[in-house]
Amino acid sequence: MKPALSVIFFTVSSGAGLGLAVWLLVMQLTGRVDASQRLFWLAFVLAAVLVTAGLISSTLHLANPRNAWRAFVRFRTSWLSREGVLAVALYPMAALHAWLSVQQADAARITGLLLIGLSLSTVVCTAMIYACLKAVPRWRTWHTPVSYLLYALAAGGLIWAALCAVAGAPVSGAGLAMWLAACAALVKLLFFAKFSQRVHATLNQALTVPETAPPGRMQGKVRLLDAGHSQGTFLTDEFGFVLARSRARTLRLTMFLLTLPVPLVLLMVGSAGQGGLVPLAAAALCFLGGVLLERWLFFAQAEHVVRLYHGQQRV
Amino acid sequence: MKLGLVIDLDVCVGCHACATACKEWNGESLMAGGAPDYDAHGAQPSGVWFNRVRHYEVGDYPESKTLNVPMSCMHCEDADCVTVCPTGASYKRAEDGIVLIDPEKCMGCNYCAWACPYGARELDRNEGVMRKCTLCVDRIYDQALPIAERQPACVLACPSHARHFGDFDDPASAVSTLSRERDGQPLFEKLGFRPVNRYLPPREPAQVPAAKDLAPRGSLQAKLAAMVNRLIQL
Repeated sequence: MKPALSVIFFTVSSGAGLGLAVWLLVMQLTGRVDASQRLFWLAFVLAAVLVTAGLISSTLHLANPRNAWRAFVRFRTSWLSREGVLAVALYPMAALHAWLSVQQADAARITGLLLIGLSLSTVVCTAMIYACLKAVPRWRTWHTPVSYLLYALAAGGLIWAALCAVAGAPVSGAGLAMWLAACAALVKLLFFAKFSQRVHATLNQALTVPETAPPGRMQGKVRLLDAGHSQGTFLTDEFGFVLARSRARTLRLTMFLLTLPVPLVLLMVGSAGQGGLVPLAAAALCFLGGVLLERWLFFAQAEHVVRLYHGQQRV
Repeated sequence: MKLGLVIDLDVCVGCHACATACKEWNGESLMAGGAPDYDAHGAQPSGVWFNRVRHYEVGDYPESKTLNVPMSCMHCEDADCVTVCPTGASYKRAEDGIVLIDPEKCMGCNYCAWACPYGARELDRNEGVMRKCTLCVDRIYDQALPIAERQPACVLACPSHARHFGDFDDPASAVSTLSRERDGQPLFEKLGFRPVNRYLPPREPAQVPAAKDLAPRGSLQAKLAAMVNRLIQL
């Protein structure tokens, strides 16, 4: 799959924004922060900015954005539509919650809980856009929604910790965020080691030609002779992206380094030096860079089954 | 009605007449909205095709066989492209099962193309909307055409009569009969989209005798012939 930067940025930015929103709301509901503090508003605004930037970025992917408003219509069948509906529902809900929080109203507990549910559901919907596609077997697995959720929450936690330092509040969340990051790395490791190694479909299956059959039926291994076009097509352009194996190894290693050991070391340096802002912000940015790389690989290494018809033996 | 195509892989010669006839008809057609070309006469010609013919080899030499496979929309009964469409631009008609795109509603997100395993959908870069095979819906119901011509352009163009169009819901139709008698197969059945189009597998190829069977080396006759040849050359 062509790794389109607009979509990669969309999933990472809105994921991190929603993760941050969940952290803020959990901290608020457990009484660790309230609307009179600068930290509350810093996190609130940054979460809104990240989610909005992600949504705007996603519309850059559209070839005909004039019709983007129609995307809210088919939420009964389409995960993309559901994602849009939930993401847009977040705004009035967040505004209501902010108002209730300023009023110190008890109802803010209810809107807070609803907002947590809405944020997590939106992340799941984003992941399900990809995980529901039978034509991309490497996406159609539980690894997809679980890793989207874990990366969103870990990113949110690291941003939250950095914001604590910005606001001069006691730093919290970094430790739990790193545990979430470790879980995400484990899920990713499982995916790379097992699921992505599996043969999900072959050219013979794509053309319904058995490799061996009783006499009288066409049988044998199928190979492509000619794809029928001399230049690139929409299909080769959109689905033909190939990542060299050696390069993929380097990128995967970099991704693991950026999402686990490097931020961990930065946080340890930070806590040794009485929790300064610089190491916390560096850890969050480093982690976000790692998630961008993870998402890039997610697209670049997803092999669409239409590649079989263009001569790839298996996906 | 369940309209669709039967493609006889035994007689398809891979001439691309169906694909070019499709371009000719739909490139102009208002219904399909056109299948544009990009840089048609330049160094890197490309464009939208609703029907593409690919060529494969099945089995190993000398028992191998060339398989020409034209592929267009399969008008699946469980069409994932329709399910995933967020705008409702992609739809499957209840009356005849044809899967169509409403360009007025399409936002060009490519999601349906991602969902289609057959590569049946291609983006029109000029208009920013998705395009696909319409089963020539603007021909097959056209009362102004003679009945024999109320068929998709690809079917009419096929010089080897490898393509047949009809209603799979009618057990007496030509497509149903052909598919039944020749064991018509759907492509990529494993994915479970229940494609309507059927492909008739080639009949078993005749065994071609290998060269070694014609003149076994080392036979008395061959040795004698070789000796005579050498003598002549002396």
